Amino acid sequence: MAQPYKNRIELLQGTLDMLILRTLQWGPQHGHGIAQAIRGNSGELLLVETGSLYPALHRLEKQGWLSAEWGLSTNNQRAKFYKLTAAGKRQLAAEQSKWELLVKAIAGVMKPAREA
Amino acid sequence: MIRRIVRYLLRRSAAEADLDEEVRTHIAIERQHRIDSGETPDRAQMEALKDFGNVLMVTEVTRDMWGWGWLENLWQDLRHGARLLWLNPAFTIVVVSSLALGVGANTAIFQLLDAVRLRTLPIDRPHELAEIRIAGGNGGMGVNPGRYARITRPMWEETRRQQKAFTGLLAWSQFELRLGKGSERLRAKGLEVSGEFFPVLRVAPWRGRLFQQEDESFACPATRAVVSHSFWQSQMGGRELGPDSKLFANHQLYEVIGVTPPNFNGVAVGETFDVAVPFCRPDKEPRRDRFAYNVMGRLRPGWTLERAAAHLDALSAGIMEATEIQGYGSGTVARYRKFRLTAYPTSNGVSALREDYDSSLWLLLGMTGLVLLIACANLANLMLARSSAREREIALRLSLGASRGRLLRQFTAESGLLAVIGAALGVGLAQILGRILVTSLSTQSSSIYLPVGLDWRVLLFATAVAAVTCVVFGTLPAVRVTRMQPESVMRAGGRGLTAGRERFSLQRVMVVTQIAVSLILLAGALLFVRSFRNLMTFDPGMRQQGISIAFVGMPGTMPKERLEGFHRELMEEVVAVPGVRNAGSTSNVPLLGSSWGHGFDIGATRGGATFTWVSPGYFETMGIPLISGRRFDPRDTSSSKRVAIVNRAFVRRFCRSADPLGQTLRTGAEPGYPSTLYEIVGVIPDTRYSGLRDNAPPSVFAPGLQFPQLGPWAAVMIHAETPQAVTAANVKARLSQKFPELVVEFEDFRGRIQDGLVRERIMAILSGFFGGLSAVLATVGLYGVVSYIVAHRRNEIGIRVALGARKEQVIRMVMRDAARLLVPGLSIGVALSLAVTRGASALLFGIKPYDPPTLVAAAALLAAIAAGASFVPARRAASLDPLVALRHE
Repeated sequence: MAQPYKNRIELLQGTLDMLILRTLQWGPQHGHGIAQAIRGNSGELLLVETGSLYPALHRLEKQGWLSAEWGLSTNNQRAKFYKLTAAGKRQLAAEQSKWELLVKAIAGVMKPAREA
Repeated sequence: MIRRIVRYLLRRSAAEADLDEEVRTHIAIERQHRIDSGETPDRAQMEALKDFGNVLMVTEVTRDMWGWGWLENLWQDLRHGARLLWLNPAFTIVVVSSLALGVGANTAIFQLLDAVRLRTLPIDRPHELAEIRIAGGNGGMGVNPGRYARITRPMWEETRRQQKAFTGLLAWSQFELRLGKGSERLRAKGLEVSGEFFPVLRVAPWRGRLFQQEDESFACPATRAVVSHSFWQSQMGGRELGPDSKLFANHQLYEVIGVTPPNFNGVAVGETFDVAVPFCRPDKEPRRDRFAYNVMGRLRPGWTLERAAAHLDALSAGIMEATEIQGYGSGTVARYRKFRLTAYPTSNGVSALREDYDSSLWLLLGMTGLVLLIACANLANLMLARSSAREREIALRLSLGASRGRLLRQFTAESGLLAVIGAALGVGLAQILGRILVTSLSTQSSSIYLPVGLDWRVLLFATAVAAVTCVVFGTLPAVRVTRMQPESVMRAGGRGLTAGRERFSLQRVMVVTQIAVSLILLAGALLFVRSFRNLMTFDPGMRQQGISIAFVGMPGTMPKERLEGFHRELMEEVVAVPGVRNAGSTSNVPLLGSSWGHGFDIGATRGGATFTWVSPGYFETMGIPLISGRRFDPRDTSSSKRVAIVNRAFVRRFCRSADPLGQTLRTGAEPGYPSTLYEIVGVIPDTRYSGLRDNAPPSVFAPGLQFPQLGPWAAVMIHAETPQAVTAANVKARLSQKFPELVVEFEDFRGRIQDGLVRERIMAILSGFFGGLSAVLATVGLYGVVSYIVAHRRNEIGIRVALGARKEQVIRMVMRDAARLLVPGLSIGVALSLAVTRGASALLFGIKPYDPPTLVAAAALLAAIAAGASFVPARRAASLDPLVALRHE
């Protein structure tokens, strides 16, 4: 059987939430669309499993970072659209700066200043 | 919380439908994408599903995010538990009913104990209240009317004047009121209270006002009254008080000035009052030998009980000197002067009921505790057997990945359900039992008033019992099962030929305990039943059956010279009534608790004996034979020589070797009873005097007409062949012709004696009930375990039968198993019984607590029942078809 996504990366714990929030910054989207967007934007490297996606969506909704309502998809299908709330936007900003700090820190460790 | 659950349940189905649709949409969109990129619809559908993964799993984990998982699980567990219980009705009924009986019996007795013993009076700061008594009592000096009577009025007044330990000192006594006139007269309970009574207790009026200090200063008789709330409701229709609120009682009119609050019933627990009247100022000094009052005080702030007691002790000598008893011999006066006052805590009131029932109630609480223990052991055994039967199911679930915590929660929910249902039923049962108990404490002569309500303490008690039962006995077996290695369980499941001994060790221990404990209860029950039977069949030395007591009295006074004629005519009239065999009057009705005694000198010895003045017909009426000498006859009058008939106990004590007939005794002087010289003219056998339980005291009987306090009243014992109601009607009809004004009241002698045995009857009935209950529970436990052992040895038994074992051999084998439980249980039980029943010795009559026949009987009874219970599974095992047994797995 073909293995199209050989190079996929295991998501770091907690980063999925951030990716979802970030994806929704461009506007409301349904579950399938979010998964597609993450996959597309990661150059097919990040594959979000439904078993992680939907629990995450419902959890974020319960925390008040997302709101959801039913709407019509591009091919006229009734679908549940998730939207970033004001609290969600604040959360995204916080997570993003935390993430950047982490990347810088890890980069610093992996590429020591000596080499520069 | 409840609202949230309901809202959640309503929202839940909608959310679930939403989630399903969301998942379907996801798959549909994916499929559409794939079709758009050129896949065939069939393949697109397949790939879309595959791509999504396990739909059930995804929805499951998503649902968990909703945050109601634990509730969902709990609900599931409860539903699952309820379903299991519903499917095993026999198990459920046995467990719930034994738990309900255990909790119910405990709660009922605890409620009673709480009402009688633990609860404080419904007054402000009850802990400041102290009762003042003569240390060690007054030794029967003077007149002692009533159970709470301890202090004379002069003694109280002097103490009130001198003491500094209390903010106020109140005195009260009980008396009987007759309400209304003539034949409509009603008995009511009266309280005579000092002016401080309500202020010191800090009882606020419900209506009108209560007595103050000033109310005490009016001349006698008092004309104001305060009534209790229940009396106000029942007898005065709860109408507002006004100037015309009057009460006709004891031949005089009272003005009702106030009503006490509903929860106030005086300071005597178990009793209530109808009407309270204030002390009044008598025209002459009150008697110094009437120890008629109960005195209480509220401690001053900063004073402890010990300090108050020491203070009273220091004052005592002065108080006794100032109130010295008069008209008594020098010895009595000397004794009086040595009296010391002291203080006792009395925050929960005084109570004759408490004194009578205290040890019985604790004993009963102990018994019900043991019953509950057996019930819990049963519950544990059944749960254990059930969880063992489900071992394979549990092992399977464990190996399929169920968490231990999850399984434990499920078991807890299940046993919790049982415990809650059992406890709820038990609390309901307790209300019924409690009410029955209180009613059975009341007798025709004394009604008991006890507010036995469900309060938070009782609820807490029942809940605690249920919770402990649930956790300990429901969950422990589950812990044991879940701790086992799944694979060993799966392997062992019935394949082994004989069941391992250690598998049953816990059950064995519990059944042995059950048998031992129920033997204690059975032995106790037999002791109390036999003790009660002894009392019921005890011969007090006089006739009880067919005797009526007529209390007769003329209102007002009668000139002294007419009294003798009145008594003579009275007895003639009574004896002439058809159906009356014999009649005799007495100054003191025996066996009903009252007593009257005098001190005397006989020869050189000084002593004391009970004194009763009886008419000539008394001894024959009561069936008391004469041993020597003569009976009284009509020639013994107030003007003839003073003569006496004494009993054997008197002769043994005071006459020694000499012939009692002809000996003389001289009584000491007392107010109203001048010193008198009696000549002994007859001897009768020993007869019990104030109660069945007390040995016959030395007794003196004198002719009724020589009674120094002869008045226009009498207690007439009537022996009739007609039923009591008929006798009463006939006697009343006859007497009303001769004495139209005469008031006559009837009581049944035997009935009154048995009223005095209420405690013994209750102990016999309840202990019998608990003993029987415990035997049944223990038997159920034994039956369960033996059946269980048989079930586990099915294969072994099958092989034995196949190899030619006879039925009797199989039965014997199973019975041997049962005996291994029964014999140690019984032996431990006998040993414990010997140690435990000793505590009951004070409550037993005519039987010792270490009574071998009783123990043997209890053990034999239990052994017989238990053997019967084990025989059923044994026979079932014996009739096992070996083929079926071996094919079973």
